[in-house]
Amino acid sequence: MDPVTEPLSLEVSGLAFAYPDGHQALFGVDFRIARGERVALLGPNGAGKTTLVLHLNGILTGGAGTVTVAGLPVGRQHMAEIRRKVGIVFQDPDDQLFMPTVREDVAFGPAAAGLKGPELERRVDSALARVGMADFKDRPPHHLSFGQRRRVAVATVLAMEPEILVLDEPSSNLDPASRRELADILRSLDVTVLMVTHDLPYALELCPRSLILSDGVIAADGKTVELLCDEELMGRHRLELPFGFDPGSVTMGA
Amino acid sequence: MGAGHAHKLYRHGHSRVHALPPHTKLTAVFAFVVVVVSTPREAVWAFALYAALLAAVAYVARVPAGFLLKRLLIEIPFVAFAVLMPFVAQGERVEVLGLSLSVSGLWGAWNVLAKGTLGVAASVLLAATTELRELLLGLQRLKLPPLLVQIASFMIRYGDVITDEMRRMRIARESRGFEASGVRHWGVLAKSAGALFIRSYERGERVHLAMISRGYAGSMPVIDEVTASRAQWSYALALPATALCVCLLGWTL
Repeated sequence: MDPVTEPLSLEVSGLAFAYPDGHQALFGVDFRIARGERVALLGPNGAGKTTLVLHLNGILTGGAGTVTVAGLPVGRQHMAEIRRKVGIVFQDPDDQLFMPTVREDVAFGPAAAGLKGPELERRVDSALARVGMADFKDRPPHHLSFGQRRRVAVATVLAMEPEILVLDEPSSNLDPASRRELADILRSLDVTVLMVTHDLPYALELCPRSLILSDGVIAADGKTVELLCDEELMGRHRLELPFGFDPGSVTMGA
Repeated sequence: MGAGHAHKLYRHGHSRVHALPPHTKLTAVFAFVVVVVSTPREAVWAFALYAALLAAVAYVARVPAGFLLKRLLIEIPFVAFAVLMPFVAQGERVEVLGLSLSVSGLWGAWNVLAKGTLGVAASVLLAATTELRELLLGLQRLKLPPLLVQIASFMIRYGDVITDEMRRMRIARESRGFEASGVRHWGVLAKSAGALFIRSYERGERVHLAMISRGYAGSMPVIDEVTASRAQWSYALALPATALCVCLLGWTL
């Protein structure tokens, strides 16, 4: 599959950004993600991953370069449309789920976009069904387990029917069973996924392609298994595999 | 506090009172309290009638008397001062059981006690038959400033999260051998409170980011349209309307 000939979900070119305090986080980032791809964004702490994510839906702007989502440039004039198209799932579900009940939380995005009544209800139901949380509709988020909250957080974003799903550390704080359940859910979705993570086995399991962001630039872009097997590259960017994990010996299901 | 779905004051049920739209109930309780407060204190029988009205509502809502009376205890600290009034007020005095009490003080105490109790009882009934979430929807519907409704709604959502954070900080303190045992330790507790404030503030920023990411532009989208039919309004307003008749009688008789 050649990503360039496919319709693009996301195109980032020449993106550079410095915070107001002078700290420069991004130094010209370029990459493209085709529709339907699942891509992992790997990188050590402080590589600029979060800064990059916040550029994708225009929360941070003002640096050099452009971000284009499904052909639409991220900028002031299309902000509402961009925020509907880019669904970001933040790391802490308690930050993501801010409404009193699961149902209202999932409805928040589509309702903000102007949906109402039965159409809104249909969106909520289908998003919750896709993450297997349909039975928890009227529960308050803080009565759910952490894994369930993470799944609802994914549903809140799915309800907006995004062009691209951006997940910030999706596997953090999950026990192995919740981790596998989330992986099954992510695999079953037919949306473009960009997954920001430290969890290299998880990236290998879910994403055929990976990007390595290091010191504010894309240091590598290729097949996940090949990147993970390149010990010299991994070492240079402070990426370490868990003890005893050999990416070369894993047979991929997907 | 703020367990959202199942707060302690709420009593699950399917009565006609439970089924009323929240904004009609809020309006009814507010109007009832206004009527009660504007009743002359000398019309003692009127207050008995008000109490009977509330008892009727409680009966329809299937709220047991014991439940209602226990919840009423909350007003004790507020009316404690009313008990003092007969002793400290000036003017004409009467002897009761060997105590010299002020007549105007007695009337004042009765006034505070009767009106306060009726107001609290009406609120307890409202809380017992309306979920917190619904109350917020009702307030939103009644055009309370949206910012206030949002703040209240976040309080419900994050009350437990912050309590939990506080508990973790306490465990961390105690695990390192800290035991708050006197004034000398207040400094540590104050610093914990400060740290909790900063953490909550930062969480607020992250929540705001998550809200913006999902299209928040300053006002909460309307998710549940609460509407009330004419019949529901008239059913809810039957309480303050009857109370108003009693009040008018109280002024004329």
